[in-house]
Amino acid sequence: MRMLSYSCAINEAFHQIMESDERVFQIGVGVNTPWYVGNTLTGLLDRFGERRMIDTPVSECGITGISIGAALTGLRPILTFPRMDFMYYAMDQIFNHAAIYNFSLGGHAPVPLVIRAIINRGGEQAAQHSQALQAFFMHAPGFKVVMPSNAYDAKGMLMAAVKQDDPLIFIEDRWLYEQESDVPQQGYTVPLTGAKVVSEGKDATIVASSYMVEEAKKAVESLRERQVQVELIDLRAVKPIDHGTVLASVRKTGRLLVVDGGWETGGIAAEVGFLVANLGFQDLKAPIERIALPDSPAPASCLLEKAYYPTSQTIVEKVLQLISNH
Amino acid sequence: MNIMGRADDKVLEGILKTMLTIRLFEERVAEMAARKEVRCPVHLYVGQEAIASAVCANLNREDYVFSTHRSHGHYIAKQGDLNSLMAEIHGKEAGCSKGYGGSMHVVDVNAGFMGSSAIVAGTIPIAAGAALTSFLTKNNSVVSVAFFGDGATDEGVFYETVNFAALYKLPILFVCENNLFSTHLPDFKRQSNTKVYERVKNFKIRTRRINGNDPIKIYNASKWLIERIKRGEGPALLECMTYRWLAHVGHMEDLDVGHRKKEDVEFWKKKCPIKFLKRVLFRRGKISERQYEDMKKGVEAEIERAVSFAQQSPLPLAKTEKAAF
Repeated sequence: MRMLSYSCAINEAFHQIMESDERVFQIGVGVNTPWYVGNTLTGLLDRFGERRMIDTPVSECGITGISIGAALTGLRPILTFPRMDFMYYAMDQIFNHAAIYNFSLGGHAPVPLVIRAIINRGGEQAAQHSQALQAFFMHAPGFKVVMPSNAYDAKGMLMAAVKQDDPLIFIEDRWLYEQESDVPQQGYTVPLTGAKVVSEGKDATIVASSYMVEEAKKAVESLRERQVQVELIDLRAVKPIDHGTVLASVRKTGRLLVVDGGWETGGIAAEVGFLVANLGFQDLKAPIERIALPDSPAPASCLLEKAYYPTSQTIVEKVLQLISNH
Repeated sequence: MNIMGRADDKVLEGILKTMLTIRLFEERVAEMAARKEVRCPVHLYVGQEAIASAVCANLNREDYVFSTHRSHGHYIAKQGDLNSLMAEIHGKEAGCSKGYGGSMHVVDVNAGFMGSSAIVAGTIPIAAGAALTSFLTKNNSVVSVAFFGDGATDEGVFYETVNFAALYKLPILFVCENNLFSTHLPDFKRQSNTKVYERVKNFKIRTRRINGNDPIKIYNASKWLIERIKRGEGPALLECMTYRWLAHVGHMEDLDVGHRKKEDVEFWKKKCPIKFLKRVLFRRGKISERQYEDMKKGVEAEIERAVSFAQQSPLPLAKTEKAAF
């Protein structure tokens, strides 16, 4: 066993990626300061120099376009947004260009760009420093979207992301940065599609992603003590979604709760819920349930914040309800 | 600084032929658009031919060019394949973008024409990204050229890009084709200072404003700037004053609509860049009327071949798979 934290696993992946592939460089606001990106980029500036670690002006739209142009002409940029909230500034280059460029040009202009989007919330940071925007990137065609929930997947998916040729959104939640798992030292890849069954059960299925997998794991433990056997699925990739694993589980349990760290309307839960309602309707013993953020911006003050974010307790209650009512 | 100099007559002949190709190509597209043989929106470059033709006469194949919704002139000037362009405008499978892009999304990577975008200012930062590749891996030996209109200088991302390019001394030439209008709205209704070069020179890069209908001046100015850009002296902006003869989009002229006056169009038509260069070469005894007519016939034949190619190519079929490629 070699336990490593999520953020250290990302850092290790970057060291290995940049050492083995000279085309890779990092670009973004604050990439050379721990103040923005924690320890995920520690040591890279000293090792690879300023030409491969470009800390930029706060020009999100401009640097996104610049990253696209570099990707288009043979390099492998990794563009970091230390807070997803600031990606709204870059919407044109993200959605009108990164996502579309190769398509509209008949497949002649691939854009192998990895965009790291970091969810950074809690701590009374308020509405513009708290957002989880995965649903936007799922909605617009053109991106692969991954949300690794643990250190092992984070390293392996990052290494896989840089090796492929499509624009990809790699979403990290800073609440996961201390999460530890067994991470091999040598480089490896984890497929960029495909959900994982985290724990098996027969009474209900929970589908979660990113940080909510951690909360769901705690809920699963707590429910086990009450003799409720929950099957927990970690989506890992939210686009494309692995239908097969979700449907197979619902076939077994007949009950589905989707837990999403983003807002309720039009989110991951809506999409997974549709898939199961459409393709697994005959297996359902109860209406599909979801837990997501309320359709409201995040508040600041601590008690308001506490009420805003669902926890393992919210999940436990919802599962008990799901089982007892039907 | 002296940006004058005498362009080689052979180079000027080449520029004349490129301008003529663009003019006749666009006029042919306009005819077909009027007859609805071309269905996608077309933003025609008639009147502005000198800029693409003269700037690109300084470029090698590996140099990068990025363009806009008004893309045909830049594509042709960078020696993109004419048949594929015409086929794309016709929405055909043999089009440069396989019928997925239409007139506003064209590409010929082999010619160094790296694509165009329908979003105003959209390719400006992308062009700077290509320049970053040259800076990081090619010691600035490849220049990236971003063509855009004056409307693009209303967008914030333009200034973000100029700042970044200036900061890193990226090998990029910003070519602003100032045709005085952003679709319908004239410059003075949009900009507190209508001189783009003045606004941009505060970023501490070289900027010039020149007559955009004089291909000789454009050739010399861009040559001088590109030489310095490739030496690692950083980006530059060339503002070329010009006018589009036709509507923002389509084959009509948009006369007396809003601020666009018939007499203005007539005034600018007298400054036709093709007539101008033809006259210069006649005067220098470098080309005769007969030779010009032969050149024109050759170009017409090439365009007709492109039209037949486009017309004979099949339409792309929708794939049953969700994925496009």
